[in-house]
Amino acid sequence: MTAGAPAMGRRPTIHWRHLIGVSIPYLLLAPGLIWLFVFFIYPSIEMLRISLSSGSLDTGYSLTFSSDAYVTALQKFPHQFGNSILYSALATTFTFLIGFPVAYTVAFRGGRYKNLLLFLVIAPFFTSFLIRTISWKVLLGDEGPLLAFLKHVVHLVPDGFSILGSPVAVVAGLTYNFLPFMILPLYVALEKIDPRLIEASQDLYATNWGAFRRVTLPLALPGVFAGSMLTFIPAMGDYVNATLLGNPQTQMIGNVIQSRFLVLNDYPVAAALSFILMVGILVLVVVYARALGTEQLTG
Amino acid sequence: MTTAAPARSQPGAGGSLMRAINRRALPAFTVLALGYLLIPIAVMIVFSFNLPEGKFNFAWNQFSLDAWFHPFDWPGLGDALRLSLEIAFISTVVATILGTLIGLAITRYQFRGRGAMNGLIFLPMATPEIVMGSSLLTLFVSSALPGGPLNGVLPKGLVFPLGFNTIVIAHVMFNISYVVVTVKARLAGFDRRLEEAAMDLGANELVTFWKITFPLIFPGIMAAALLAFSLSIDDFVITNFVSGTSNTFPIWTWSIIKNALPPQINVVGSIIFRSAVAIVLVTTLRTGRAPR
Repeated sequence: MTAGAPAMGRRPTIHWRHLIGVSIPYLLLAPGLIWLFVFFIYPSIEMLRISLSSGSLDTGYSLTFSSDAYVTALQKFPHQFGNSILYSALATTFTFLIGFPVAYTVAFRGGRYKNLLLFLVIAPFFTSFLIRTISWKVLLGDEGPLLAFLKHVVHLVPDGFSILGSPVAVVAGLTYNFLPFMILPLYVALEKIDPRLIEASQDLYATNWGAFRRVTLPLALPGVFAGSMLTFIPAMGDYVNATLLGNPQTQMIGNVIQSRFLVLNDYPVAAALSFILMVGILVLVVVYARALGTEQLTG
Repeated sequence: MTTAAPARSQPGAGGSLMRAINRRALPAFTVLALGYLLIPIAVMIVFSFNLPEGKFNFAWNQFSLDAWFHPFDWPGLGDALRLSLEIAFISTVVATILGTLIGLAITRYQFRGRGAMNGLIFLPMATPEIVMGSSLLTLFVSSALPGGPLNGVLPKGLVFPLGFNTIVIAHVMFNISYVVVTVKARLAGFDRRLEEAAMDLGANELVTFWKITFPLIFPGIMAAALLAFSLSIDDFVITNFVSGTSNTFPIWTWSIIKNALPPQINVVGSIIFRSAVAIVLVTTLRTGRAPR
């Protein structure tokens, strides 16, 4: 078998081996690809079909190309769409403001504690997302550790003051839950920066701030892009934080989609909402990538 | 960030201010931010030792080891945890195999549509979970509806009623991409000359793969499997759409917090946290010692 191998290219009689060689990548790809097509791509098409259909769960849905579901989706829930965009944008901004100094410190000042610090950054992933959010409910509760201290020990806030059930709590929860997703890509981008580039800029009389603004920050842009995407996208679809930490007024579009599908069984409108969310995010990603400069993001 | 703004307006003082920020403010800020990240975990662990006054474990009442001695003493909790572990195990094995094969194909071979393939792998990670969950639900339900596209194509009972099968299908789906990305990272630093050396010494492709390639990328595959397992066991949003009446641990938690919040949830959370930390420590120490 092994002795025949070197002769393979020269002997046309075993041409079939070449065929197998060509098809190997496709054979390796096939099972996973089929899975993704059937359970990721195809469901999206099916969702689009249902959103343009009429009918009910009992009678089945027939494609009528009716835009009723989209009209309802866009007219009835502007408040929840607005909440989603506002809260997600705020949470993304806050994760950046908190995450950048942390990523910068770990990347440039971490020294031998780098791995430990990174471990602490991802430590929240070792507990359940739900339990972490419930913990915030405990922490921010009216008589929880934070407010009890502010109310009864330092008397900074009045007795009736509460944070839970407000937009502040929802944004705080979103910021908390997605902070590691912002820090990690920022860290990866900053870590890759060659320190000699910064030294070079200082040799050319850049101030520390100038070197930061004109060398470090532009080189970190791919990380900023990845981090904001990883924060903004899941935040847009989230309904756990709004449910556990908010009130009926702070509902996000995720709450609506969830209840339309699972409680009200209103599939066309729910599918339309979900589809709008998906397309909206896709458009935002493209616009954002353009704004940051696409050629810098490939680095 | 904002503290650096004055440095721009007063160029003279800028240098020393930046230096002060660099030396003092940044480390202090980092410590605070890490504290912020860890507070909820501390709360979870502390409140696992609480004996709550009512049904809700929201306010500190009294120290107790009760929940730790009876961690499954709440109807449904044990079953939910078992289901979560089963689903995580099966979906991890399937996703790791499928994802590793894709990772090998993408890094090892030139073929048509490689760019599109990379895009397809990236897409599930850039799609909100709620969209994936709801579109899968639409697919599963419409497969059982009269006139539905998959009605009669798939074996009856495979994807409807919703339950174990549909959760596994969903978890495999969202895990494939993460496995591909992790395995690809490992394969990127792979020295192909090791394989060529084996071939020169008379090994055929299969022997080379099993004796050289596989052992070398195995740590990457294990890392991918661990990631897939933890994503599966913690998934709530997608699972909530496709679980039907089955309760995984997150689904069970979600359904019970409307009526009660037993400290047992904190106990299970603490145990999962400790196991995860232990696994990470063990793998870090082992890979730290292994030759590169």
